[in-house]
Amino acid sequence: MTTATPPAVPSVSRAPRRARRRSTMLGVLAWAAGLAFCLPALWMLLTSLHAEPDAATNPPSLFAPLTLDGYRTFFGADTGVTPWPPLLNSLGASLFSTVLVLLLALPAAYALSIRRVRKWTDVMFFFLSTKMLPVVAGLLPVYLFAKNAGMLDNIWLLVLLYTSMNLPIAVWMMQSFLADVPVSVIEAAQVDGARLPTVLSRVVAPMAAPGIAATALICFIFSWNELLFARVLTGVVAQTAPVFLTGFVTSQGLFLAQLCAASVVVSLPVLAAGYAAQDKLVQGLSLGAVK
Amino acid sequence: MTTAVGTTPQSPPRPPAPARPKRSGTRAWVTRAPLLPALVFLIVVTQLPFVATLVISLFDWNSLSPDERAFSGLDNYAYVFTDTALRDSVLNTVLLTASVVIATVVVGLALALLLDRTFFGRGMVRTLLITPFLIVPVSAALLWKHALYNPEYGLLNGALSGIGELFGDTDPAQPDWIADMPLLAVVAALVWQWTPFMMLILLAGLQSRPAEVVEAARLDGASAWQTFRYLTLPHLRRYLELGVLLGAVYIVQNFDAVFTITAGGLGTANLPYTIYQTFYQAHEYGLASAAGVVVVIGTIIIATFALRTVSSLFSEEATRA
Repeated sequence: MTTATPPAVPSVSRAPRRARRRSTMLGVLAWAAGLAFCLPALWMLLTSLHAEPDAATNPPSLFAPLTLDGYRTFFGADTGVTPWPPLLNSLGASLFSTVLVLLLALPAAYALSIRRVRKWTDVMFFFLSTKMLPVVAGLLPVYLFAKNAGMLDNIWLLVLLYTSMNLPIAVWMMQSFLADVPVSVIEAAQVDGARLPTVLSRVVAPMAAPGIAATALICFIFSWNELLFARVLTGVVAQTAPVFLTGFVTSQGLFLAQLCAASVVVSLPVLAAGYAAQDKLVQGLSLGAVK
Repeated sequence: MTTAVGTTPQSPPRPPAPARPKRSGTRAWVTRAPLLPALVFLIVVTQLPFVATLVISLFDWNSLSPDERAFSGLDNYAYVFTDTALRDSVLNTVLLTASVVIATVVVGLALALLLDRTFFGRGMVRTLLITPFLIVPVSAALLWKHALYNPEYGLLNGALSGIGELFGDTDPAQPDWIADMPLLAVVAALVWQWTPFMMLILLAGLQSRPAEVVEAARLDGASAWQTFRYLTLPHLRRYLELGVLLGAVYIVQNFDAVFTITAGGLGTANLPYTIYQTFYQAHEYGLASAAGVVVVIGTIIIATFALRTVSSLFSEEATRA
């Protein structure tokens, strides 16, 4: 630990070699930690590729032959019950709410970062504070409203709720991305007579495109993952993929390979989006505070 | 955040417009207009329901006997604080949140320190570490419940008997993880999922640490531990606070893991799950609302600190810029 090298003349002999060995060891340790954390996910993938009898053995059969049967069954090869309606519901709810979030958040972020409305930090904190309100506290009124308005089991209700859930994050993220757009370009467009919608769609959006894309990915992930709203507010028609997953286990007994295949399929869009937006993901979750 | 906060964040960013009383009113509204749709939407969709929750919490209202709905003042709140099941779920929420947050911060910090140095395949290790965070929470909970914890063929017991076999032990211990240690089972799954998040926040903190200062300390003969204790840790303080508070806000609200792994059984029900059950299965609307309001009050206390932390990060960036 105490490798106190004299400042001016770094000794060439032992200290660096020891430091190098230590650094190799720490590298190995990091790899071990990475693999350990990934192991359950890899196990899920491996199990999903095993035949049912090989999936549920003790001790585990690591080298059992691989098969796509789990996936085939999940997609309804035997039962005819396909997961497509819930998957499409999730896709629809997530995509529509993401679009709505972007439509609402882009002008708001523009007002907050470029126009600098008065007391803009207060407004920013208001957005943030809604994110800290536990969703469960507002769920019952929403449920009662939906029931009376005949909107239960309807993905449009989920779209609205997911939009409110993601809007604060999106405003915070986009505010920081739009702040990087030079004001002079916007002013030049305005001098040329462009109005707000034109400025936003032709000037601001293209220049902040990477940031907007990252924001969209994060909103998509959160909506896709959501369980509580979907569980309470949807039933048969508008059931989403996470709700389908929870019901999938009880209704058909437990088939481990099939369950793992289902989990892999449902997680795939999030994994893809998440790897694509790795850095922005933290920034989004920490509401823009870490950049 | 960067340039947006470049000027002094506390005072209004621009001096008040020169006196032009007639037009400034409309101008202010024109400036504000792009903000309004988002604001109005959020107020309608998040604040109004909460007000309704507040009102419902004052009623004795079970949807199975709708005719007996009556104003009952603070009775529901009294019940929330005296009922043992509800009190247990408050305790569970605190236990669950505190243990998950502490464990994720400790493990996350260790991983962040490991990843803050260059080594072969660092990007790949980072990707591996992020994976748990990118599994859909319901899938992750199902994975832990069925593929890892299952007493008959789960990976944990499978590994135990595999290792036992290696050493000639034909009858190794095969604990029933969820039944024997239900809360710990939920905590472990959540720690697995949330550690990457903490690690990424702390890694961002480590990488914003000025390299010259660390180098200077090293040249002055500071040991690795001294550098960590007197330089790194103070620098990370704000990031640690941010991680703890955001982690707390997210985990207090956790529903997926409790719902999936134990279905609130075996004494693991937390407040979100209990509220869900109170209104969705027991149809006690007034009671569920009162419990919801209590959760909000608890969260507001945490969130006040969280907001202060975020805003101090804000002003720190501003002074640095």
